[in-house]
Amino acid sequence: MLSQSEIVELEKFANDIRIETLKELGHLGFGHIGGAMSIVDLLAVLYGKVMNLDPKNPSWEGRDWLVISKGHSGPSLYATLALKGFFPKEWLYTLNQGGTKLPSHCDRNLTPGVDMTTGALGQGISTGMGVAMGLKMDNKKNYVYIIIGDGESQEGQVWEAALFGGNANLDNLIVFVDYNRQQLDGYVDDINSLGVLKDKWETFGWHTQEVDGHNVNEIYTAIQNAKTVKNKSHVVVMHTIKGKGCNFAEGVELNHHMHFTKEQVEDAIAELEKNFHEKEGELS
Amino acid sequence: MTVKIASEMITDEIEMRDAYVNELIRIAKEDERVVVLDADLMHSNNTYKFKEAFPQRGINVGVQEANMIGLAAGLSAIGKIPFAHTFTCFAARRDLDQIYISVAYAKLNVKVVATDPGVMATYNGGTHMSFGDMGIMREIPTMTVIEPTDSVMMKALVSQIAYTYGPFFVRVFRKNPVKIYEEGSTFEIGKGITLRDGKDLTIIASGMMVAESLKASKMLEQKGVNARVVDVFTLKPIDKELIVKCAEETGAIVTAENHNFINGLGSGVSEVLVENAPVPMERVGVHDQFGEVGDVSYLKKRFGLTAEDIVKSAEKVLKRKRA
Repeated sequence: MLSQSEIVELEKFANDIRIETLKELGHLGFGHIGGAMSIVDLLAVLYGKVMNLDPKNPSWEGRDWLVISKGHSGPSLYATLALKGFFPKEWLYTLNQGGTKLPSHCDRNLTPGVDMTTGALGQGISTGMGVAMGLKMDNKKNYVYIIIGDGESQEGQVWEAALFGGNANLDNLIVFVDYNRQQLDGYVDDINSLGVLKDKWETFGWHTQEVDGHNVNEIYTAIQNAKTVKNKSHVVVMHTIKGKGCNFAEGVELNHHMHFTKEQVEDAIAELEKNFHEKEGELS
Repeated sequence: MTVKIASEMITDEIEMRDAYVNELIRIAKEDERVVVLDADLMHSNNTYKFKEAFPQRGINVGVQEANMIGLAAGLSAIGKIPFAHTFTCFAARRDLDQIYISVAYAKLNVKVVATDPGVMATYNGGTHMSFGDMGIMREIPTMTVIEPTDSVMMKALVSQIAYTYGPFFVRVFRKNPVKIYEEGSTFEIGKGITLRDGKDLTIIASGMMVAESLKASKMLEQKGVNARVVDVFTLKPIDKELIVKCAEETGAIVTAENHNFINGLGSGVSEVLVENAPVPMERVGVHDQFGEVGDVSYLKKRFGLTAEDIVKSAEKVLKRKRA
C-alpha cells in the first residue's frame, strides 16, 4: 500500500509523463498516442517507485529490466526516461526524425535506458523472458518487467511464451497486459476477442492479478503482492483506457495512431494540468 | 588455417551432431555463458547430451521455435552465448522474423544451429525439406552463414562460432558425412579451401556437394579435364578473393549446392563474378522445386545433385569457355 503522499507523488509523475508525451508527439503532429497513454500510470509506478535503476549508468548490471513488447509505446517510455534524467528532455523533440535516438518503436541500441528492441509484436515477451531466465540461472536478484498489449495478445508467440513461462516459474518476472480493449482497427472484442484474459493466464499456470491500470496504488500493490509469491511467473492484467488522459484520443474508436493539431495538443495539456491541480486540491 | 585433406573419401565414423555437441560441451565446461536451447528435437540433434551435462543450461522449450529464438535473444542480452537448435526448414521459414528482429536487428548474439539441410531431410519429406534457408539467412544484415563440410570441420568451428560476436546460421547435416579433412585441420570462417588444384575450371561447393565435387573431378580427369575443387563453407561473408582468383586462373566456374540454385551458393558466387571477374558459370543445385520424400541416393538423383550432374555442368561450362 502506498501512503496518500506517495500516491499524489506518483500521480503527479504520471501527469508529467502524459504532458511530456503529448509535447513529444505534438511536435511531430502524429503518432501512436492511444497505447502510449494507456501505460503511463504503470510507467510512473515502475520508474517512480519500483525499479532499481541508475540513469547515469543505464546498463548497470544491478538494474531491473523493462521490456515494452508493444514497442510502439516507445514515446511514453522516452518521456519517462527523460524525466528521470536518462537523457536531456530536448531529445523528445527529435522523435522519429532522421538520425534520432528516439525511434517510434523501442531500440536497445539507440536509446539510453531502453532494454530491448521491440516492435514486431509478440517478440518482446519472449526476449524479456529470456532475460529473466538468464538472471535466474545466475542467481541474480534483478526483476524483469514486460508490458504486452491486448491486440498483441492475438499473436501466437505470446501464447508460446505464456505456456513456457507458466512452466518455467520465473518469479523474477512480472508481465503486465495493457488491456485497453482497443487495437489499430477498432475494438478487440469486435475483431478477435481475448475473452476473459485473467482466466487464460491462470490456466497457463501464472500467478495472475487484475488491477485498474490507472490506479497507481493498485498497480503498486499488485507488484508487491507478486513479489511475495515464489516459484511462479507473474502476470498483472491491467484494465486500462486507450488514450487515457488525452482529451482528443480518449474514447475515440480509432486512436491507435492519430494525427493532431498544435491546438489540440495544447488544449489536452491544459486539461491535464487543470485536472491534476483540482485533484491535488481535493486531496490536500 | 592449416588443412590436411583425407587421402581417401570414406564415411566419417563420427556423426556431425556428435562432433558438434561434444565440442560444445567441452567449451561449456570452461565457460558458463554457453547455453543450449532446442525445440523438442534434442534426441534428433543430440543436444540432450548437453542437457544431461548441464541441466540448468540445456533448455527444451517444446515445439515452439519462435519463442525459443526470443528466449535465446534475451539470454544473449545479459551476456549468455545461446545456441538455438531446430531443423533447417523451421529455423529459416518459421523463425525468420524472430531471427531478423529479436536477434540480428537488436544486435544480439544468438547462434542458430539448423539441422537436416536440403535433401538430408530424407524421410521427413517435402514439408521438412529446406532448399531456401541459406538464401533467406544470407539476406539478413550482419548474419554469418556457414555449412560445415564434415565432422572435423564441424568440431573445429564450434569455438569460432561461440566467440565471434553476432548472429550465426549454421547448417548442419546430423549424421555421418563423407570425410574430407583429417583431424587437426584448422579453418577460418570466411576463407574457402582449395581441395584439389586444376586449371580448366573450378568447382565451388559446400556441404555434402564437396564430396560429390571431388568425385566429379576424378571423373573429369578420366576425360582429360583438370578441375580445381574449392570448399566454400562460408556462404556469408563469402570468400571474394578466392572466387576471383579461381575465375582468373581457370576461366570457368561450376557451383554445387544442396539448396535451391536461387539465392544460395550459386547466387553468391555469381554476384562476385559479375562484379569482378565475369567468366562462364553453371550452377548445380535444386532448380526451384519443392522437396519430396525418399532416401539420399534417390533425392540426389531426383534433384540433380550427383557427381554426374556436376560433370555435365562442367562439360557445358567448358564448351562456353572455349566458344
